[in-house]
Amino acid sequence: MAVCVAVIAKENYPLYIRSVPTENELKFHYMVHTSLDVVDEKISAMGKALVDQRELYLGLLYPTEDYKVYGYVTNSRVKFVMVVDSSNTALRDNEIRSMFRKLHSSYTDVMCNPFYNPGDCIQSRAFDSMVTSMMIQVC
Amino acid sequence: MSPTQWDFPVELCCRPMAFVTLTGLDVVYNAVHRAVWDAFCANRRADRVPISFKVLPGDHEYPKCRPKRTSYEWYIPKGILKTGWMNKHLNLVPALVVVFYELDWDEPQWKEKQSECATRVEIVRQSLQGRNTKVAVVLIQKKTPLPPGEDVIASERAAALCNACELSGKSLFVLPHTDHLVGYIIRLENAFYEHAQTYYYTEIRRVKSHKEFLNKTTHQLLFVRHQFKIAFFSELKQDTQNALKNYRTAYNLVHELRAHETNILEIKTMAGFINYKICRLCFQHNTPLDAIAQFRKHVDLCKKKIGSAELSFEHAAWMAKQFQAFGDLFDEAIKLGLTAIQTQNPGFYYQQAAYYAQERKQLAKTLCSHEASVMYPNPDPLETQTGLLDFYGQRSWRQGILSFDLSDPEKEKVGILAIQLKERSVVHSEIIITLLSNAVAQFKKYKCPRMKSHLMVQMGEEYYYAKDYTKALNTICWSTHFQSLRKPQIWLTVKIPVKLFQLLDYVLCDYRSEGWWSLLTSILTTALKCSYLMAQLKDYVTYSLELLGRASTLKDDQKSRIEKNLINVLMNESPDPEPDCDILAVKTAQKLWADRVSLAGSNVFTIGVQDFVPFVQCKAKFHAPSFHVDVPVHFDIYLKADCPHPIRFSKLCVSFNNQEYNQFCVIEEASKASEVLENLTQGKMCLVPGKTRKFLFKFVAKTEDVGKKIEITSVDLVLGSETGRCVVLNWQGGGGDAASSQEALQASRSFKRRPKLPASELHWDSIVIQASTMIISRVPNISVHLRHDPPALTNEMYCLVVTVQSHEKTEIRDVKLTAGLKPGQDANLTQKTQVTLRGTELCDESYPALLTDIPVGDLRPGEQLEKMLYVRCGTVGSRMFLVYVSYLINTTIEEKEIVCKCHKDETVTIETVFPFDVAVKFVSTKFEHLERVYADIPFLLMTDLLSASPWALTIVSSELQLAPSMTAVDQLESQLDKVVLQTGESASECFCLRCPSVGNVEGGVATGHYIISWKRTSAMENIPVISTVITLPHVIVENIPLHVNADLPSFGRVRESLPVRYHLQNKTNLVQDVEVSVEPSDAFMFSGLKQIRLRILPGTEQEMLYNFYPLMAGYQQLPSLNINLLRFPNFTNQLLRRFIPTSIFVKPQGRLMDDTSIAAA
Repeated sequence: MAVCVAVIAKENYPLYIRSVPTENELKFHYMVHTSLDVVDEKISAMGKALVDQRELYLGLLYPTEDYKVYGYVTNSRVKFVMVVDSSNTALRDNEIRSMFRKLHSSYTDVMCNPFYNPGDCIQSRAFDSMVTSMMIQVC
Repeated sequence: MSPTQWDFPVELCCRPMAFVTLTGLDVVYNAVHRAVWDAFCANRRADRVPISFKVLPGDHEYPKCRPKRTSYEWYIPKGILKTGWMNKHLNLVPALVVVFYELDWDEPQWKEKQSECATRVEIVRQSLQGRNTKVAVVLIQKKTPLPPGEDVIASERAAALCNACELSGKSLFVLPHTDHLVGYIIRLENAFYEHAQTYYYTEIRRVKSHKEFLNKTTHQLLFVRHQFKIAFFSELKQDTQNALKNYRTAYNLVHELRAHETNILEIKTMAGFINYKICRLCFQHNTPLDAIAQFRKHVDLCKKKIGSAELSFEHAAWMAKQFQAFGDLFDEAIKLGLTAIQTQNPGFYYQQAAYYAQERKQLAKTLCSHEASVMYPNPDPLETQTGLLDFYGQRSWRQGILSFDLSDPEKEKVGILAIQLKERSVVHSEIIITLLSNAVAQFKKYKCPRMKSHLMVQMGEEYYYAKDYTKALNTICWSTHFQSLRKPQIWLTVKIPVKLFQLLDYVLCDYRSEGWWSLLTSILTTALKCSYLMAQLKDYVTYSLELLGRASTLKDDQKSRIEKNLINVLMNESPDPEPDCDILAVKTAQKLWADRVSLAGSNVFTIGVQDFVPFVQCKAKFHAPSFHVDVPVHFDIYLKADCPHPIRFSKLCVSFNNQEYNQFCVIEEASKASEVLENLTQGKMCLVPGKTRKFLFKFVAKTEDVGKKIEITSVDLVLGSETGRCVVLNWQGGGGDAASSQEALQASRSFKRRPKLPASELHWDSIVIQASTMIISRVPNISVHLRHDPPALTNEMYCLVVTVQSHEKTEIRDVKLTAGLKPGQDANLTQKTQVTLRGTELCDESYPALLTDIPVGDLRPGEQLEKMLYVRCGTVGSRMFLVYVSYLINTTIEEKEIVCKCHKDETVTIETVFPFDVAVKFVSTKFEHLERVYADIPFLLMTDLLSASPWALTIVSSELQLAPSMTAVDQLESQLDKVVLQTGESASECFCLRCPSVGNVEGGVATGHYIISWKRTSAMENIPVISTVITLPHVIVENIPLHVNADLPSFGRVRESLPVRYHLQNKTNLVQDVEVSVEPSDAFMFSGLKQIRLRILPGTEQEMLYNFYPLMAGYQQLPSLNINLLRFPNFTNQLLRRFIPTSIFVKPQGRLMDDTSIAAA
């Protein structure tokens, strides 16, 4: 389960970012922000690939001592970043992938809302609860 | 302990090389020995064998060898690895001792020398008692040796010497001191290297042989030690593969040791050493992934082995060192050609090292915060007799004690206290900053700008903490033995302010541009603290402005605290301290602020806000994109504050690109002359949070600025007063800041309904900045009409009548007319178009295409004037003509009289066409078409003039100007004088011409010109006549030998005699024989010579007379004349037919005439 989930706009500003409340929020903000370096690099590397053949899941962006940061980029260059505790070895690549897919579809729902203005911060209860379900439950 | 206690020992980090000592060399006084030594040690490149040489005297004492242990049964090791061991084998115990001795084979005193050499070898052997070190002898000889086997004495004596010295033949070398010294030396050292390898091999065997005596219970430490030694010897032997294998075994053995609080440091230290060696060798073997995997394993194994809680900072320090060392190794490997990637580069290791260093600092802060009264223990428990530890990683106060129970708890406590007090003197920030800057350098290399920024923020924060620490340092009284600390202290105080703000400004920009407001706010908060602590007024205000702004994610209570402080600062008072600051630092800061208050210096700060997000937003908007010069320019300045409380400002002023307007656009608190702003009261100088305030400005544009752009270059909002402190917020252009463009984009995308606001208020997002306007001239109130009859005809004086009528209320002055070809068209048109006011004379090329500023005079209201223009277009095609009327008029705006210049222009496109088409053709006198004319024979020139003009044309006259080569047969009078041609009508003329004989001219003979003088029928009398000159085509002239022309009446009558006379002219210079015959015809009877042969002299003519008698009426064939020229067979009857008529009209006999004749008869 994730400790931090973030949605980043095409222009690289955060649309949504939530982390487990027990830890320093700022630390995760920095972590997500720095991971964009790798995301940018990966996107520019696959820029030549055909759009429909492109893999959206970027995989492990970079490992730190305590956390693993995973990335996912939509065709409209909206990025999803997920931070997972390094000690959580139960999470395999496939689980991460499916979590991202869930996140993507939920984000699509947000975009489909006619009252949502693309580029605004996401303030959706449905999205919130979906993210909550993916986060580590803090007792 | 030195502050570098965590650094790896030098002997661990160096590349182990076989150690060989050279004795018997006097490198100081003996030039030959010096040269030999230089050849050994100077310029050692990578291709030389890895040996470290040392020159020692022959009687040098080598470390004593401990007596061999026969049984390990009762032996209990006191530690894993002795601190001196590695150094001993690298630099003290040689693998080979070389004895140099000057001795030639033909030495006369051979016996004595031989025994001296043997003695020397013996001395060396003595001092190496018990070691396996090899001994070799090198004879330095003056003579070049003969090839082996040829010198009998040499081999004899060599054997004798070996015997005397108890050396094997392989250990005796000869070094001739000749030109090829380096070559000999290289061969020598290769031989040495072999000896050294044998030595290390035996050493490895020796260590291995101990193994069988060990048992697992008491000798666990020895397992590690021996394994390490084997690996190290393998390295010395340059057998890195085996070294790596043995190090790996040693590493596993270390972790099998029973760990306890008392020995955990030793285990970790050794694990760290071995890990370092393994990683180093992996990188050396170009298997970086193995190195990384080993390091990860190492970290995972050791991460949790913290050891004593009271000394947990030591663990953090150790971890930091592990990461740093690995980073260094990685970096070194990259320098040697390894390629790293973005997600796996040394930066991550430096970064992690920095984190552990930070952790160390945190732990040290909590664990070492002893009161000042706690004195450093005496005697120092960290002192040892030698100043060094016996074993790596042991505690100095209980060296060699392996028991897990603490024998002396009191001693332990004192020791820990000593370590803790020492830790206090470590400048953690310096370590952290160094590590962070290493990491920054790496991430910069591997395209991680954000990571770099993040680390720079951390560096900034560390600088900030460092300052805190320095303050703390100053107040605590340290004993003199920490004198060394003074230096870093100075380093920090000097560097922080400048560095910190530079760093922060650098990264703030990045976070701002990417819109990460949470991160921006956090950095700003730190920055604000710093600027408070250092009483940096301008920075303090700048950071406050942004923290109060909409980009800040601070809570309202924080914002209102900052706003209160800002207001205090503006009133020249000290702000309240920032929360969570060091109390001592705050005290210093307060003093600084108090100094600032009393200091009467420059108290006005101008802050350019477009690069950040201040708490006041500004937008400027001209009411229109352009203003006529006779109406005042209106624009609004919108202001909106985002801070929690209302804020008062003292002045709002606007600057333009033309600074003369600046004075009209100022709102000031003190100013009573509020003429520019209606209903301005004092209360209006206040910005209420969240409300958009609009300030209307107007000014009268200068007439000089007509046609120019007026731009708002900056808007200045002054907070505070000049008596206190004054902050000028300066927006470049028409407002907007770092965040506003993105906001505007979002607002434009949004289709949310905005909540209704009272009519007087506006939605901030709906205001669009319009920072410039054009000043355009007053709208003209005149009418300009053009009257003309298109299309224009080529070269005619085309008349264009311009009518200007004034509709102005007052008199207009200085009316000027500019007319002619509109500029910017084809350049050729300019040359082929002339404009003039006088139509009575034709204009030539010197006339301009555009007449400018023709003064026309003044016009009273309603008056009108007319002006005629004549245009001459030299080529066909369409042209644009411009008629531009300008005038001056006095007008008043805002009770100010100004003179406005107005203008009106009209353009018209006029097509130019040819007035007529002229066709010319050559025909024979029989009106037959001629391809060529014959010399001296008359022909006809026919001109055909077809009017193409839609208007009637009068052909005033026409004239044929013949070329000198042509002559007219009769008068060339014009037949077209005063002919009027309507559209589509044509007029033809016919001229009879003759061309005298000329030579064969290429391209024919010029005919001449045809000049037509014409004008429009409708044109007035005084309009000049236009002459159109048409160049007539050239004609090909051909000579013929004989010309025949016939004289005959125009018609004949039946049964009436018809006399025909043929003239035969000889056109050549030759006498011509001519055969003439006439063929009979049914329609005629004739008399005359039917067939004759005659001779015609040059230039003369012969006449032939025939009398034809027509028998039938109608168009009848004449009896054909055939001429045959004997000299010119080409002259055919075909040609002849062109000149003479072939038929004639024969009238029937007149009846009436008959009657009269009958009657007469």
